[in-house]
Order: sequence, then structure tokens, then C-alpha cells
Amino acid sequence: MRDLRAATTDPTTTPGRVAPAIEVTGLRRSYGDLLVLDGVDLTVTPGTVFALLGPNGAGKTTVVNILTTLVDAHGGTVRVAGHDVATEPDLVRRSIGVTGQFSAIDDLFTGAENLRLMADLHHLDRLEGSRRVSELLERFDLVDAADRPATTYSGGMRRRLDLAMTLVGDPQVIFLDEPTTGLDPRSRRTMWEAVTELVDDGTTVFLTTQYLEEADRLADRVAVLDRGTIVADGTVDELKRRVPGGHVRLQFPSTVQLDTAAATWRDDGRVVGRDDRSLTLQVPGDGSPDSLRALLDRIDRDRLDVEHLSVHRPDLDDVFLALTGRGTDHDAADPEGATGTGRADPDHATAPEAVR
Amino acid sequence: MTTTTFALRDTSTMLRREFRRTLRYPVGPSVTVGLPIVFLLLFVYVLGDTLGAGLAGPGAGRDDYLDYLVPGMLVLTIASATSVTPVTVAIDRTAGIMDRFRTMAIARSSVLAGHVLANVAQAMVGMAVLVGIALLLGFSPTATPVEWLVTAGLLALATFALIWFAVALGLVADSVETASNLAMPLVLLPFLGSGFVPTESLPTGLRWFAEYQPFTPIIETVRGLLLGTAIGWQGVVAVAWCLVITVASWRWARHLFHRDPT
Ligand SMILES: Nc1ncnc2c1ncn2[C@@H]1O[C@H](COP(=O)(O)OP(=O)(O)OP(=O)(O)O)[C@@H](O)[C@H]1O
Ligand SMILES: [Mg+2]
Repeated sequence: MRDLRAATTDPTTTPGRVAPAIEVTGLRRSYGDLLVLDGVDLTVTPGTVFALLGPNGAGKTTVVNILTTLVDAHGGTVRVAGHDVATEPDLVRRSIGVTGQFSAIDDLFTGAENLRLMADLHHLDRLEGSRRVSELLERFDLVDAADRPATTYSGGMRRRLDLAMTLVGDPQVIFLDEPTTGLDPRSRRTMWEAVTELVDDGTTVFLTTQYLEEADRLADRVAVLDRGTIVADGTVDELKRRVPGGHVRLQFPSTVQLDTAAATWRDDGRVVGRDDRSLTLQVPGDGSPDSLRALLDRIDRDRLDVEHLSVHRPDLDDVFLALTGRGTDHDAADPEGATGTGRADPDHATAPEAVR
Repeated sequence: MTTTTFALRDTSTMLRREFRRTLRYPVGPSVTVGLPIVFLLLFVYVLGDTLGAGLAGPGAGRDDYLDYLVPGMLVLTIASATSVTPVTVAIDRTAGIMDRFRTMAIARSSVLAGHVLANVAQAMVGMAVLVGIALLLGFSPTATPVEWLVTAGLLALATFALIWFAVALGLVADSVETASNLAMPLVLLPFLGSGFVPTESLPTGLRWFAEYQPFTPIIETVRGLLLGTAIGWQGVVAVAWCLVITVASWRWARHLFHRDPT
């Protein structure tokens, strides 16, 4: 039930054709007594976007840190761009670009100076360096801000500069750890466009995200990481197929009614999700007239006070729910940002809706 | 290009970065250059008369104390620089840019080397300014050009050693605040040595500490070179301290730099 890989038929992973851009087998890592990664396997085909999806604390950043030579693995093998990260870290570094979860820019420098620093460290000569810097400023809409110190940049601008810095060296494989967390919809779209352009140019992109919409939009393949293991791996469509039918979301006028409904329906295991804040219950239902009629009859029979009802086709959220027994549930897992920054998350509440 | 030329090129890039950062946010140089000058003026003009007489007997005064004080002030300049370095290192570390460097195919040694060289340069400039001001105030060293050169060499060696130590402190600290606190005690060390008064005048416990801490032989050697007082074994002890501190700190810093980010 939990392993999708056996059922995977995606031709891009057929072995023997192209050497994978990223190949991870049996990856393990702990911090002290905490086993963070417990046997992770991943394969990413060159020129594709791979999204690693998971809630806070799932181990996404740990995976990225190991793949980018920042952190040692405690077990398993990791090859990136054909090189083993443990034995040939320098060759790996030569092929990758990394945009970490938190911005890694020099605040005392202007945007242009930050890019220039990267150009110098990539040993581009003066002319080539300047060309690359102005090209990237242009591409990431930073021309006007180029000569302002990075401290004056907005969150979106910092993120764009961060990605631009990652691209100075023209890397084959790019890692983006939650590239759009905390961005407004417009900045988010700019990031998405940038990722799409990169892939069109043949770059491989490995990104982590908590947003299902993002994975849906960008990724050729998705893996769901939960408590240190990959609980599902496949194309977005394959994952969606895992969840037959969809669900119906019922909204109640108050907690009392919500409790009553939950109690009535829990017995036959029909509740698949509950959100106390929005006073909603999710129950299975594919949206067919028959299933809806049955549902309405039941609401009448049990005298439940349903204020609002909406039908949802399966999306990655349902997949997540089915695979982990929990929703992605950013809010519960991340009160004011468990990441410590308390980043605003303007449209996470709507992100899953947009998939439908 | 060979590995060495790469390393040199990356180090010079990092060094330029540090210089530019220092110009943008000149807190470091103001502490490194400013603090010893403030202390010099304070000690010479407020306490100089009394301390001078106490040191060299009646009839002696401010000028004698100025001569006595300068070597300690030079070492205080090193200590001040040492208190600034951990902060700049910790800023880089916590701001994530150090992790970015660590994922790039650059000469890894250049990241720390940039910090070390920039801070050593800053301290050397601070010491030059201090000597200039002291000469204006009436400092009268007896050193020959060769002795000046040896003094500069020893001070550079001591700075190099202590800045490496400071870099390690910046790497071991989990936040910029911790880094700043860790480095604070270093500024006190010259005061707990022979920088301001001879160690013989200190109470027993403190005297013992003062005689065995690394700053005292450095101060005494500089004093001997500049003013012709007896050096004895102090020179050898000073150089030995510098070498031990350099090697130990360099290894510690390297270990910390390569460890996983926390
Ligand atoms: N340096 C560290 N020391 C101790 N524990 C750590 C360290 N880094 C990560 N962890 C723990 O490992 C687990 C996974 O963390 P990780 O940062 O990889 O999760 P994540 O999926 O990136 O989460 P988020 O969405 O919040 O960024 C967490 O429980 C975290 O507390
Ligand atoms: Mg993370």
C-alpha cells in the first residue's frame, strides 16, 4: 500500500539509458539519538524537476544538506552528477548550485556585488563576470536594485538574488530548499518561471516544498518524505491515482456540531480529516450524484447541521493524508514557524485549493 | 591553473570581500584602533604621573610611564582585534553565506584565510597608528631599525596566532552574541599581565597567572626590543607560545569549519 515505486512505469527512470543526476540509496542520518533519515532511496533523471515533499521536520533540509556535501551521511550511498558525495565532494561541488532554506547572501554587499563575488569565486574573468552579472540581474528583475545594499531588499528580492547567485556558475544540478516559502504569489510565480526556464535549458532541479501546488506545477516526479522515509514516489498523476475518488468537505456552524458529526461518523471510519479552526470534516466521496445523495440522506438522518458542503477531486493533499494518516497540516506542525523565523505564509491556506 | 593558484586567487577574493565589508561596517577597526588609543590617553594623562613615579622612583613621571605602557598597548591592540574577529566569523556562519561557500568548488582554506588575513592586517594598522600617536606624545624608544623589524615580526606572529584562536571561537559559537561574549575576556588579558604594571607588584595569585600567561612574555620581549630592557628567555617563550597557539587554533578552526552545520 505504501510503496509506489513497484507500480511506477515512468519511462524516464528506465535504467541503462541515462545516468541519473542524483542517485540515493539507503541514506541514513541521525542527530544524536534522533534518527532523522531512515533509509531514503531516490533517483532523479537529468533535466527534470524532482520535488521532495514533506511537513516540517520531515528531514527535507537534512537530505539537501547531505546531497550538497554540507553534512555527512551515516549510511547509504549518495551520488550527485555522477560523483560520490563522500569520496569526491569537490567534483560534486563543481556540478551543483545550492539555494538553501534561508538566504545566504552578504547583507553588507549590494545585489551586484554579491553576484560579482560569486563570479570571482567561479574564476570567471572580468568581462565574462560582468556579462553574467548583468544578465542575471536582468533575468531576476533586480536591475533597479542592483546597487542597493541587500539589507534593503524585500523577502522576495532576497530570494531572487539568492537564486541568481546560485546560477552564476551555470550548475548542472540545482538544489532549492523551500524556494517559495514566505513569498507572495507574484514572487512565487517568478521563482516558478525561473525553475521552468532552467529545466528547459537542461538543468536538473531538486526542490523541497511543503506546497502541494508547487510540486504539482513544477515537478516531473514527487517523493513524499515522512518521518525519515519515503512513503511515496512517482509522478504527480501516479500519486493522485493512489487515492480513489475524492472527498467531500463539510463545514459546521460550531465546534459542538463538528464534534457531534465527528462522533457519529468516526464509528464507521468515514472521517478522513478534521480541521477545528475552519470547523470542517472531510469524508470520502467521489462527487458522483449517487454518492452525494447518499451523503445528504445520511446528514438528514443523523440530523447534522451542515452549513456548507464542497466536493474535492483528489489532490496531493489527499495523497498525503492517505499515505501518512495526517494532512500536511502546516499550521499544527509550524506554530509561528518551527523554523524559527516566523515567516509569513500568505497563501498557504489557498494553495491546496488552487490545485483543484 | 594549479591548486595553489586557485587557492591564492580565492583567498584574495575573500580578502577583498573582508576589506569591503570592513569599510561598509567599520565597527571592527574602531574597536581595534580606537580602544588602545583611548586607554593610552587615559593611562598616560590620568594615572601616568603617579604610576611613573611609582615605577621609576621620585622624579620620574608621565613620560617614563608612557614608555612603559606602549608595549602593553600594542598587545592590547591585538587583543581588541581578537575580540572583533569572532563576531565577524559568527555573522558569516549564521547568515548562511559560509554554508554557501562550503557548497562551492572553491579552495576551502580561503574562507578562513580571508578572515584571518583581513583581521591581522587590521590589527597591524591599529598598532602602526598607536605607535604614531605614542611618538607624538613623547614615546622615546631606543630600538634600532633591526629591532623595530623584529618587533613588527613578533607582533605579526602573535596577531596571527591569536586571530586564528579568535576564528575558532567564532566558529564554535552558536550565535553572534555568544561569539561576542566568548571573545570579551581576551581584552582583559593584557591588564592581567605586565602591560600596565610590573608583575612583581601584583598580589601572589594574580602574579603567578600574569607570569605564565602568553601575553606577558610577548609584552616583555617587545619592551626589551623597543626600550632595551632585559629580555632573557622571554623572547623564546613568546615565540613558542605563538607557534603553539597558531597550530592548535588552526587545527581547531579547521575541524570546526568542516563539521556539519548546526
Ligand atoms: N543540526 C541538527 N542538530 C540536531 N537535530 C537536527 C539538526 N538538524 C536537523 N535536526 C532535526 O532533524 C529533523 C529534520 O530536520 P530538517 O531540518 O531536515 O527538516 P525539514 O523537513 O527541512 O523541516 P522544515 O520544513 O521545518 O524545514 C528535525 O527533527 C530536526 O529537529
Ligand atoms: Mg528545512
